[in-house]
Amino acid sequence: MDDLLREFLTETNESLDTVDVELVKFEQEPNNARILDNIFRLVHTIKGTCGFLGLPRLEALAHAAETLMGKFREGAAVTEEAVSLVLQTIDRIKGILAELEANEGEEPKGDDRDLISLLEAMSMAEAAPRKEPPKKEKKETAGTLVAQVLERELRPGEVSLDELERAFRETAVELPAAAEPAVEAPAPAPAGIDFARVAAEIEARMKQASPDGKTEKAKAAEDGDSEAKADKGSVSSQSIRVNVETLEHLMTMVSELVLTRNQLLEIVRRHEDSEFKVPLQRLSNVTAELQEGVMKTRMQPIGNAWQKLPRIVRDLAQELNKQIELEMVGAETELDRQVLELIKDPLTHMVRNSADHGLERPDDRRKAGKIEKGTIRLAAYHEGGHIIIEIADDGRGLSLDRIRQKIIENGLATETELEKMTEGQIYKHIFAPGFSTAAKVTSVSGRGVGMDVVRTNIETIGGTVDLKSVQGKGTTFTIKIPLTLAIVSTLIVESCGDRFAIPQLSVVELVRVQNNSEHRIERIKDTPVLRLRNKLLPLVPLAGLLKVDVSAEKSEDEGFIVVMQVGNVTFGLVVDGVFHTEEIVVKPMSKMLRHITMFSGNTILGDGSVIMIVDPNGVASAIGTAVATDTLDSHADADASRGIDNDAKISMLLFRAGSPEPKAVPLSLVTRLEEFEIEKIEHSNGRDLVQYRGSLMPLVYPNYEVRRREEGTQPMLVFSDAGRSMGLVVDEIVDIVEESLNIQVGSDVPGVLGSAVIKGKATEILDIGHYLPLAFEDWFKRKEISSAALTRKLLFIDDSAFFRNMLGPVMKAAGFDVTVCASATEALRLLGEGAAFDVIVSDIEMPVVNGFEFAEMLRRDARFKHTPIIALSALCTPASIERGRQSGFDEYVAKFDRPGLIAALKEITSADYGIAA
Amino acid sequence: MTANSHTPGAAANDSHSGQIQYVTVFIGGQLFGLPIHKVHDVFVPESMTRVPLSAPEVAGVLNLRGRIVTAINMRRRLGLPQREGNHGIMAVGIEYRGESYGLIIDEVGEVLNLDASGREANPANLDGRWAEISGGVHRLSGQLMVILDVERVLGRMQGDMAA
Repeated sequence: MDDLLREFLTETNESLDTVDVELVKFEQEPNNARILDNIFRLVHTIKGTCGFLGLPRLEALAHAAETLMGKFREGAAVTEEAVSLVLQTIDRIKGILAELEANEGEEPKGDDRDLISLLEAMSMAEAAPRKEPPKKEKKETAGTLVAQVLERELRPGEVSLDELERAFRETAVELPAAAEPAVEAPAPAPAGIDFARVAAEIEARMKQASPDGKTEKAKAAEDGDSEAKADKGSVSSQSIRVNVETLEHLMTMVSELVLTRNQLLEIVRRHEDSEFKVPLQRLSNVTAELQEGVMKTRMQPIGNAWQKLPRIVRDLAQELNKQIELEMVGAETELDRQVLELIKDPLTHMVRNSADHGLERPDDRRKAGKIEKGTIRLAAYHEGGHIIIEIADDGRGLSLDRIRQKIIENGLATETELEKMTEGQIYKHIFAPGFSTAAKVTSVSGRGVGMDVVRTNIETIGGTVDLKSVQGKGTTFTIKIPLTLAIVSTLIVESCGDRFAIPQLSVVELVRVQNNSEHRIERIKDTPVLRLRNKLLPLVPLAGLLKVDVSAEKSEDEGFIVVMQVGNVTFGLVVDGVFHTEEIVVKPMSKMLRHITMFSGNTILGDGSVIMIVDPNGVASAIGTAVATDTLDSHADADASRGIDNDAKISMLLFRAGSPEPKAVPLSLVTRLEEFEIEKIEHSNGRDLVQYRGSLMPLVYPNYEVRRREEGTQPMLVFSDAGRSMGLVVDEIVDIVEESLNIQVGSDVPGVLGSAVIKGKATEILDIGHYLPLAFEDWFKRKEISSAALTRKLLFIDDSAFFRNMLGPVMKAAGFDVTVCASATEALRLLGEGAAFDVIVSDIEMPVVNGFEFAEMLRRDARFKHTPIIALSALCTPASIERGRQSGFDEYVAKFDRPGLIAALKEITSADYGIAA
Repeated sequence: MTANSHTPGAAANDSHSGQIQYVTVFIGGQLFGLPIHKVHDVFVPESMTRVPLSAPEVAGVLNLRGRIVTAINMRRRLGLPQREGNHGIMAVGIEYRGESYGLIIDEVGEVLNLDASGREANPANLDGRWAEISGGVHRLSGQLMVILDVERVLGRMQGDMAA
């Protein structure tokens, strides 16, 4: 294939993509002579080049299409059919081009008489004196109007929103259009647009739904942008086409240059006053700039991935008999072309889904009180080192019932499990393989392949996808992906003499551990853990994970712990040394190594050696079942950590005490795990004590069956609060698991909150609050909590994790459906989103917004004027109680007065119930 | 980076008048021949990085002029005992399906011009591991040269991994 032809192919393919987009635009606003001109010019160029290169088939097609377009320019009515026909022709041209490329420049045989005759017939028809727009009833389509008609149609009082919208757009493009000399069709006179009307339209639209008035502006800006782009096209001399391979090669060479520079710098550093120093410094700067420049060549606007969407949406709209408007915001947002390629398909799929499942038919929309035209809104913007893409529709939203039904049909969860799921968790099942709720399979979607592929694709590039849906209002998908896959900031660590790179994105902090220091590694049945800020962090040595031989003399308890977070799972990776951080260029691993899930790639470091890059996801899933939560759950967990979800996973410490059945307490309540020599347990004043950290710690036995050992050591859980410690004696510490704590059976036995299923076994959840007063008599003796039969929704706000963990289960056990928030702002957000609660329990002493302010805010809102609010405070002075009353609290309870809290809750909610009944 | 690195004319006409050019190497005392057009270069592997959890045949990864090369320990691949120390080892650079590999061998020999017709099939009783990667045998004066089939040496390994 000669160069000329190759050039022609690339250029034409690009032009055709543009024609696609432009035609769809043109159909919507047939008065825009500028768009028409653009299309005409492109088709004309194709025709000309084809003739020159001797491609008769293409030439004939392009010629016929051009003739029809020419009629449009002369003012013929633009009909849907005509545009469809032109689009069809363009598809045919594309097909021929593809074959042309495959056949090394030989035009494929075939006959286009069918299309050409249709095109000609259409042109002839259009050539006849212009008829009145044939489809008067379809006012919204606007596709039946021409420039001149506009002036007549725009009679005051008779203007549809749609036309105003169009008028608004024309305003935005008026100036460049007027400057264009080639405009044949008369452009609408600028005087014809009433700015007051435009303003009113903007206001109306803003009021209509979108609370962010940005849309319009952004859209106008975007329109302007695409115009600018069209202008740029004519100044082709300012840009040149470069083969991607050339760029990739350039990138590799620059990386190589960087490495060499680093080596040189290293050498010069060793020689004090070397004459190389100054020139090398310059070389260094130039290299850095060069690297940046080359990186930039890889960046492309996301609009490139969106280019095909207007056409797709248009075709879908026709096929499905819907009216769809596609809004695109932030098309100029740039990202690495590699990432761009990878998200193209998922994006297209999601837009198709929105059009097919999301948006309703016009009559359904009318019934639902919406405008007939549905909107799909694509938005992209930068946030941190990520790019966020949103795909939103204003359709019917996901059907919770259908998804539930489908979940059960597919056996993804049982009905009881479903009961406990939040809406968000249920929605997320649409990402499960083979899941489709479409009532019938259409040619567009509903085959059940799709959303799981979308998720997989997005996750392979380190991104996440999330969704929000409001029934009747629409669905929004949010995709978050890294800007570039090429450069990653990593932490270089050492383990058993080998170095590894850990992506910094998942590194939370570094902890140095030594035997005699504050941080030391402790063990629960050979499982290493680290106590970090009153939490137990599961540890895993990197060497063990990678099955590298551990040299014997190395002390296992000394080294560094890289605290990592993957999803919501936090763990510590034990390494021997930590060097520095380095920006690295990720290179894919050889196919021979790709099966190793522990690594995501490899790279060459500044010193020239190759290093493997640890994949945090791989490590997390290797650590064990407890950590390897499925993505659906981990999404849910992410919600939980934001306090939206009440089925949050809690790390539970499993142990045995007395009976063979396992018992559990929330791990976060446990301060330490200790084993004491039996001889150290002393007996005094009728109770067991041990000397612990300079004071006496009382020991408490959860029941009488706990075996008091005769010799050796006695394991126990140490709970500390406000300087006091208590040891809970157990038989054996079994495990640490992550489970959502869901007490299904309440308990009348003091000290037991109830039973929950943990690791598939019924497990007693102990109420530590019951044992604390046993150890210290000044604690209240616990009153019986009878669980109210009715489940009331309760919102609990406390900034201290200890109280959230302690009181959350208590209130749950008392029959409340508890949602926990870690701050007042979080709670406000939740309430603002429409969550309703029967009662609110709030801590007083909180940062940012304290309890008093929080209550005052709620009382100012009509919706929460009568919601009972209970204050919880460590400070219980008459003054503070009075302050609480003034702020609008119904009750004021001391933090440790759990029976008081339960009593207050019962009183308030039963009174409330009485009113309601 | 790489000391002794000579790149044999890769485009050398191998089948000219039925002649095939082979780069000969020694692995565990046995003479092997690689078709010269398959050999990219010959280099001394330096500062190799171990890859934990990889197949035992993978000796590690290393940087060869900015490319990451996966080094294959040919002795292990052939089921031969490991040699002591890393003194004087060499590697043959090979491109396979767009990736760079280095076959670690004991010693590089010379370039031989052999008649294609002189090639014989593998003896039926050849060790399975060897038969799997051998493309035939050439009888030279005094010794036998086993033809190393690069596709099979690497293809089988890639295939194994994929499975």
